Amino acid sequence: MTSLDATPTAGATPPGTKTTTMTLGKALNAGLRRAMQDDDHVVLLGEDVGALGGVFRITEGLQDEFGAQRVVDAPLAESAIVGAAIGLALRGYRPVCEIQFDGFIYPAFDQIVSQLAKMRARSGGRVTLPVVIRVPVGGGIGAVEHHSESNEAYFAHTAGLRVVSCADPGDSYRLIRAAIASDDPVIFYEPKRRYWDKGPVDLDAAPASLDRARVLREGRDVTLVAHGPTVKTALAAAEAATEDGFSVGVVDLRTISPLDMDTLMRCAETTGRMVVVHEASTFLGIGAEIAAAITEACFHVLEAPVLRVGSYNLPYPPAKVEDDFLPDVDRVLDAVDRALKF
Amino acid sequence: MSSTHDHVANDEPSLEVAPRREVSPPVQFVTPEGEVTALGEQHGIDLDLARQLYRHMSLARRLDQEALALQRQGELGLWLQCWGQEAAQVGSILALRESDYVFPSYREHAAALVRGISPTELLSQWRGATHAGWDPTSRNLHFYSLVLGTQTLHATGYAMGAVLDGGEHVVAAYFGDGAASQGDVSEAFNWAAARDLPVLFICQNNQWAISTPTSLQYRTPVHERAAGFGLRSFHVDGNDALAVHAVTAQAADIVRRGQGPALVEAVTFRMAGHSTSDDPTKYRTAEEFAAWEARDPLTRLRTLLEHRDTEPSWFSALSAEADELGVEVRRACRAIEAPKLDDLFDHAYAHPHSLVDVERLTHREFVDSLEVAG
Ligand SMILES: Cc1ncc(C[n+]2csc(CCOP(=O)(O)OP(=O)(O)O)c2C)c(N)n1
Repeated sequence: MTSLDATPTAGATPPGTKTTTMTLGKALNAGLRRAMQDDDHVVLLGEDVGALGGVFRITEGLQDEFGAQRVVDAPLAESAIVGAAIGLALRGYRPVCEIQFDGFIYPAFDQIVSQLAKMRARSGGRVTLPVVIRVPVGGGIGAVEHHSESNEAYFAHTAGLRVVSCADPGDSYRLIRAAIASDDPVIFYEPKRRYWDKGPVDLDAAPASLDRARVLREGRDVTLVAHGPTVKTALAAAEAATEDGFSVGVVDLRTISPLDMDTLMRCAETTGRMVVVHEASTFLGIGAEIAAAITEACFHVLEAPVLRVGSYNLPYPPAKVEDDFLPDVDRVLDAVDRALKF
Repeated sequence: MSSTHDHVANDEPSLEVAPRREVSPPVQFVTPEGEVTALGEQHGIDLDLARQLYRHMSLARRLDQEALALQRQGELGLWLQCWGQEAAQVGSILALRESDYVFPSYREHAAALVRGISPTELLSQWRGATHAGWDPTSRNLHFYSLVLGTQTLHATGYAMGAVLDGGEHVVAAYFGDGAASQGDVSEAFNWAAARDLPVLFICQNNQWAISTPTSLQYRTPVHERAAGFGLRSFHVDGNDALAVHAVTAQAADIVRRGQGPALVEAVTFRMAGHSTSDDPTKYRTAEEFAAWEARDPLTRLRTLLEHRDTEPSWFSALSAEADELGVEVRRACRAIEAPKLDDLFDHAYAHPHSLVDVERLTHREFVDSLEVAG
């Protein structure tokens, strides 16, 4: 596969002159600021994104810097936010929408699935809709209902959308800028329980490509595939597995649509065993797609079926039980054991 | 109505539909200083009702303060205060019959208390133990809806069912000034009006939707918008419990008689932040808060009652009752147990579902394996 991304796929980017340590939330803020400085057609729309800077402060300070015309506090209506973003894009702008929480994206479902995703294809490629929809996603923060969902599979299942999921500060900075630069609509997932995690961010780094996974850790025995919030879980599980003498690799998908099948196949060939970890329920989740695609592409090298670790096929439960619901290191290690025993 | 958009300025005859220009000031019976207005005198002041309202409002405020403290102590995950909105909630729900089915939003704690929802039921959702604190049919109060505006359509459908059943009904739905921007709310207004459905929409306009002021939310106030949809519309000082009660009673009467849906816009203020996670100093001024503090719904009613010879002993008995409630709230909160994930597998479907059955088993085996591993 050809990629215009010149940077190595391994986790650490070579330190640039402007590498600083910041939280994932601040890195996204810096990425948005940079995109708005570079292109005055980038506008932000969302609930409470102005003076408040969004409920997670990802747009903090941007209205002060770029004005209320470019950082727009929308009326409280998600369908309006996405529908208006489509109109802005038709007029040549690059809107970045914020959906306040994962569970509140559904009022905009028609605008996303039937309008945003399809307009380019309908127009025979004449219409370009560079719209980004940022979504704080996933659980683990003890929140009330509708604030902890993982709904990437709905959107990945919709042709015409790119789906991106960022995992750490440095990469989030690169991915958000790539998403804004993309001429395709992008659903951009931000792992809300990792917003406060700190890491190095190279402010000079080029935007990432939107079709390349990252191998964060090479392994010989098992490959863990994760995205967004579960990347950290997978890394911790891989580390724990070394204590038992196993060499476990970790791939951060970064993009769910498209999937970087080259990287996944290469890892499957190296380890012969693969476990996909995500917060969404396993039934018809991204793990199911990866398991099927890897089985089809490299059945002959597999030592075990591709296993999935996710949450159960239940509505996201009340906060007091979310720790039993979300995949944790124990559940990942359990799957690693099962894969090794085949 | 705002006149920032002036109509045709030259001498040409305007072909435009005449704009609505009359402003309907909110109905007020008692001023913030506790004086009875001319309209209040005309309507008559029922002191027994005033005491009943004041009692419920005081208890609600105590519960709200206790819950805030419990959140700060880590006993609740989140709390959304109803501080400042006690009159809008108590005044409206007390004007309904207990048989009237009500769909709250998520801040209607004062209304819920009036309907007999216990502290345990009320707090369990915010302690992260459940998504729905109470059995909705037992008190004709639906559980909270967190996805904004959705409950207005549920009320519309519920009202349709009530009409099919026959008889006289009121189905009420609470929502906020922010939620009013959701398409669902306009759809509910429209359908209810088109079919004369017995829905009473109650909008608590507390001026803010998190950090978004109503000035960024809409140009036309919700009560005017509702009138445009064909609803009978009311506009009331939401911090005046007696006025809210009277207005809601009148609106409910229209709805009950089958004369179509109605809307009450109660103008009030969210005194606290949006939730315990919010910092309102980021977007609003101390002056605005102070101006609304001077219009506190409890103070106003207390002044009226004191002027009209309610004994100090009545107030001290009420304050003792509030203290008891405070003790109960703290006890109840700490006693709320977390559910077991295992039990949740039973509730997702009405009929056996093979995937859920398999996953329940997988979950049990996994938990057992951890116990064996110790
Ligand atoms: C569909 C949807 N979008 C966003 C949210 C997040 N949210 C929760 S409350 C709120 C503000 C609501 O304001 P308003 O309706 O005025 O009610 P208030 O909180 O002031 O009582 C927002 C944006 C939500 N709950 N549902």
